[in-house]
Amino acid sequence: MNFVTPDFMPAMPEIFLLSMVCVIMIIDLFLKDESRGATYVLSLIALIATAFLSFSNFSTESITTFNGSFILDPMATILKIAICIIVVGVFIYAKDYLKDRNMYKGEYFTLGLFGVLGMMVMVSAGNFLTVYLGLELLSLSMYAMIAMQRDSIVASEAAMKYFILGAIASGILLYGMSMVYGVTGSLDLATINKAVSGADRVVMSFGLVFIILGVAFKLGAVPFHMWMPDVYHGSPTSVTLYIASAPKIAAFAMMYRLLVDGLAGMQADWQMILIILSVLSMVFGNIVAIAQTNIKRMLAYSTISHVGFIIMGVVAGTQAGYGAAMFYAIVYAIMSVAGFGMIILLSRAGFEAENIEDFRGLNQRSPWFAFVMMAIMFSMAGVPPFLGFWAKIAVLQEAINSGFLWLAIVGVMASVIGAFYYLRVIKAVYFDKPTDETPIQASMDIRLTLSLNGMAILAFGLYPTALITLCISAFA
Amino acid sequence: MLTLTHFLVLGAILFSISLAGVFINRKNVIILLMCVELMLLAVNTNFIAFSHFLGDTAGQVFVFFILTVAAAEAAIGLAILVVLFRNKRTINVEELDTLKG
Repeated sequence: MNFVTPDFMPAMPEIFLLSMVCVIMIIDLFLKDESRGATYVLSLIALIATAFLSFSNFSTESITTFNGSFILDPMATILKIAICIIVVGVFIYAKDYLKDRNMYKGEYFTLGLFGVLGMMVMVSAGNFLTVYLGLELLSLSMYAMIAMQRDSIVASEAAMKYFILGAIASGILLYGMSMVYGVTGSLDLATINKAVSGADRVVMSFGLVFIILGVAFKLGAVPFHMWMPDVYHGSPTSVTLYIASAPKIAAFAMMYRLLVDGLAGMQADWQMILIILSVLSMVFGNIVAIAQTNIKRMLAYSTISHVGFIIMGVVAGTQAGYGAAMFYAIVYAIMSVAGFGMIILLSRAGFEAENIEDFRGLNQRSPWFAFVMMAIMFSMAGVPPFLGFWAKIAVLQEAINSGFLWLAIVGVMASVIGAFYYLRVIKAVYFDKPTDETPIQASMDIRLTLSLNGMAILAFGLYPTALITLCISAFA
Repeated sequence: MLTLTHFLVLGAILFSISLAGVFINRKNVIILLMCVELMLLAVNTNFIAFSHFLGDTAGQVFVFFILTVAAAEAAIGLAILVVLFRNKRTINVEELDTLKG
């Protein structure tokens, strides 16, 4: 057997990011607390450079390297750039929050960057092994990030719950992978896809159920959502921001790689399971969110309902359907990072703007950020002309085109119910008397990024064609 | 003579024990961590059995990676456990109920 040097070029962004994280970690060791800003700036530079490298690596063809375990296709490139940009936003929002709570350490940034590396590996995975390693790199970083607030009871409890449930989900996912490996004799997704037709149906379905279970847990689809409200609520907001945004894009990519790249031959089987997950998530998430008074918990349930829509796009089972789901995942991440950014904007040292009450009368304190909050909430509810509307309409359209009319109707009904709790926040912002008159203390960079983020929701909403076409073209 | 079925049954039994352990155990978080490790070992048994009977080494390579990740996972899990114990002075699963709603 002779050794062939693999082509490293397609994996250049990942290799660059890995070296940068190692360098940043070592530099951070020698920094004093007052010069911690260097770690922050270096992390941002690393992310932007990685996004740029991914962009320059763009290819319209699907390239595989490392014996098929690494895939570079348009979808991977677009999602990697989206992940990097969103995490840049996360870091900018998180900086002051961390400073005020004595958590401004290098760990947040290095763990965050390792998480990004994990997500990028997941997005490009072409083999069960790379899926698993990317997933674990992301998950392990997130467990540690939640537990970073060491003196908080809720944070350590959230970390423990997330760790136990996450580890069980990985175990279940692996068990499913072992079954599929047993019948198809390969770990490579492309080879598995070829072998599906000749494989034993019963064992394949058995493995498929376990794999979907693991994926559904990572996405947070009902009935595997139990961790989400607790983790979102218990984590420091700077970490919730991270967990709630980019990893959902990676989870969508993992679902696509496993189910479409690997098990396309079982489409009829996984469609059935995904329909159930989708309906339950949309209905349950939207109904339970109504009862929440804590806005982080409310956004967690809203995430569950958004996940239902992402799954609906995959259920459609066409190239356009995957494109719509991918568009939805990116849009969701943009909205979610803005939503948690608003919580950080209103929080200050010793005060968390966690409850819906804390948003009362925001219009009198700052009309501009009241408008941004309104844009975010309307977009999440799916009101035109904001971005969220186009995401919902793209997914619903593909579901109807594939003959799942009733599923689309359930989705629309669920979002009508969901509009109630989004509008309740807008009512608090515009029509209630402020209970807290303190002026907003957030620094200039947060204000600027949040304004840009809010404007992106509006601007992409007014001119959605470019982003939608980009997402659809990734699968053509 | 041991066949593939024997190993798969063993893997399934180990997996079921670990799942049952997670759901039945209401007392101690450390037992939960042990159950998680047992679950990964059940998967490893499956992979090695398949790998041997298929005559394909990829499964065994996967097992090495799972073992490594499991070690990292255990380290992080125990670290979180220490933090949790410092804050709450208990590791009883039933008392992990601060977060509700």
